[in-house]
Amino acid sequence: MTTLSLPQPSQPSQPPQPSQLPQQLRHLRQLPQSGSARRAAFGQIVLNEARLTWRRPVGLIGGLGIPTLLLVVFGELPSFHQPTASLGGLTVFDLYVPILIMFSLAMLALLGLPIPLASYRELGVLRRLSTTPVPPSWLLAAQGLVQLCVALAGVLIVLVAGVAAFGAPVPESPGGLGLSLVLSIAGLFPVGLMIAAMARTANGASVIGRIAFFPMIFFAGLWLPRAMMPGVLLTISNYSPLGAAVEAIQDSMLTGFPPAAPLLVLLAYAVLFGYLARRFFRWE
Amino acid sequence: MGAPGYAAASRLMVPAAVITAVLPGQTADIKAADIKAADKAGKEDEATTPAVEITHLRKTYGPVVAVDDVSFSVAEGEIFGILGPNGAGKTTTVECAIGLRSPDYGTVRLLGLDPRTDADKIHEFVGVQLQAGALPAKLKVREILDMYRSFYHDPADVTELLEALGLAGKRDAYYRSLSGGQRQRLSVALALIGRPKIAVLDEMTTGLDPQARRDAWELIEGMRDRGVTILLVTHFMEEAERLCSRVALIDHGRIVALDAPASLAAQARGGKNVRFVPSAPFDDRLLSELPDVTRVERQSQHVVVTGTGDLVNTVILTLAAVGVTARDVQLDASNLEDAFVRLTGRQLTPETPKATETLEATEATEAKEAKEGATS
Repeated sequence: MTTLSLPQPSQPSQPPQPSQLPQQLRHLRQLPQSGSARRAAFGQIVLNEARLTWRRPVGLIGGLGIPTLLLVVFGELPSFHQPTASLGGLTVFDLYVPILIMFSLAMLALLGLPIPLASYRELGVLRRLSTTPVPPSWLLAAQGLVQLCVALAGVLIVLVAGVAAFGAPVPESPGGLGLSLVLSIAGLFPVGLMIAAMARTANGASVIGRIAFFPMIFFAGLWLPRAMMPGVLLTISNYSPLGAAVEAIQDSMLTGFPPAAPLLVLLAYAVLFGYLARRFFRWE
Repeated sequence: MGAPGYAAASRLMVPAAVITAVLPGQTADIKAADIKAADKAGKEDEATTPAVEITHLRKTYGPVVAVDDVSFSVAEGEIFGILGPNGAGKTTTVECAIGLRSPDYGTVRLLGLDPRTDADKIHEFVGVQLQAGALPAKLKVREILDMYRSFYHDPADVTELLEALGLAGKRDAYYRSLSGGQRQRLSVALALIGRPKIAVLDEMTTGLDPQARRDAWELIEGMRDRGVTILLVTHFMEEAERLCSRVALIDHGRIVALDAPASLAAQARGGKNVRFVPSAPFDDRLLSELPDVTRVERQSQHVVVTGTGDLVNTVILTLAAVGVTARDVQLDASNLEDAFVRLTGRQLTPETPKATETLEATEATEAKEAKEGATS
């Protein structure tokens, strides 16, 4: 049962002797010694991960398709564009832009990322990789990179189409928005890694991912926008990862640089789940 | 363990092994270095570092002792077999050998390196095909091979490898569409793509049809001829007898015998059997008095002669001298199974392995083994 922690020496009683290469290995060349070969190998892994993401497009449908569809539906509803006094003069559509951004990020972090990773462990791909010069962590990094690219595409689609096609406000604080998005990703992706660590199989990861997704997206305000939530729900929402992210993004878009509270909540999730995932992730 | 013959053979193997591993332009260098090393052979042991050296290996999972005091040494260029029933500790031994598991006690050296502390170096020259292990369904064979190929400095040619493994026509097929045997061969291809000096193959031919199995054997023999050392885990008698220069029989985590397959078989049976139907009656003493023959037995119309040496020729020539011909001659020499039964009192495999054994059967066994492993 290997964890991400440092490998234990096989026999503490016998310290490893300085290895003297035998004659047969004098000319051994290793991949990690060459930067360009390393980049080529990592590129090949990323390429195959991208192919897989394209060929089993569950993540693309959940992370890009559904948010885009919801954006178009909400954008076409006239009632969603009425400034509403109970929302402080904002339109419902304005409130939904950050929610849809987080819908996309959460889908990719909670389902898109952990399902393939759990399946690689289930299939023995990580184990196979650990017998090659490339460590299995590269596969994890490649998968994370591909999901990150899809996530950025999702954010861009919702933002650009929301502003350009459906009249959402141009973000007041682009810097605050950028920081909020970075912290949202930093807070959510480790949760996905933790799901990959907990699940024994791809199906297990899919179930845990969905169980985590629906309450989290509820507190983001998908069914009941935060502005309409009663006190207790709003408090829970403030401390939930998606609620905090929606608050930070909404403030960046409508008022200015977001307050510290939601950013700190996201940072706390990043640190906590980053630690837990590192602690509990198993390679086999 | 003593195999002076193999030590000598390994010395002869060294140049080939080294040359296959170096980049083009460096060949001349290596030859010179190697000749020098060969001159010193015997005085300095660096030229004859065993490819695999395992001493007093022990590994337990909780209360279960999976491997208990296993020691063996494999010379370069040798095909070494590890044979035993399911759950005997073969796979654990191999996993310790390649550094996937750390032994509780004992040492493992691959060309002198510890796979736990020198993992990064080991992975460059040791190719591994593990028993369980699938790949993503929606990747194509070519895409998988290209990726694994990029991990090594001096990889094999994908086309050549696919042809040698009979997968040339499957280049653009999705992994999902491959048969069990084809998946198995792809797994072997991934173990060989880095042009390893040591190849570790765990149940390489399980799930292959007889033709694919023979093709795989030829590939392995070709690699051996190029100086590659092969550690072969198997439960097929025929495979061990055909390929391996030496075999370790493992039972309950211990090595119960270690020798050349033919010697093991001969020890167990007191020789080999020749069965035939004589064309005319003859006196049994004609054969039983031959020095190579230990026993002559009649089974209805068949005669079964037990003995050693070049038994078939001896029997046929002796009978021909008295005008008797032997029909339906069968040489029953594949009796590693008998050796195993003799040494351990139990069958190597629950039933005689069939060449057409399905992958499902293997997967069931693996699942069982995994479950047993999980109880740790």
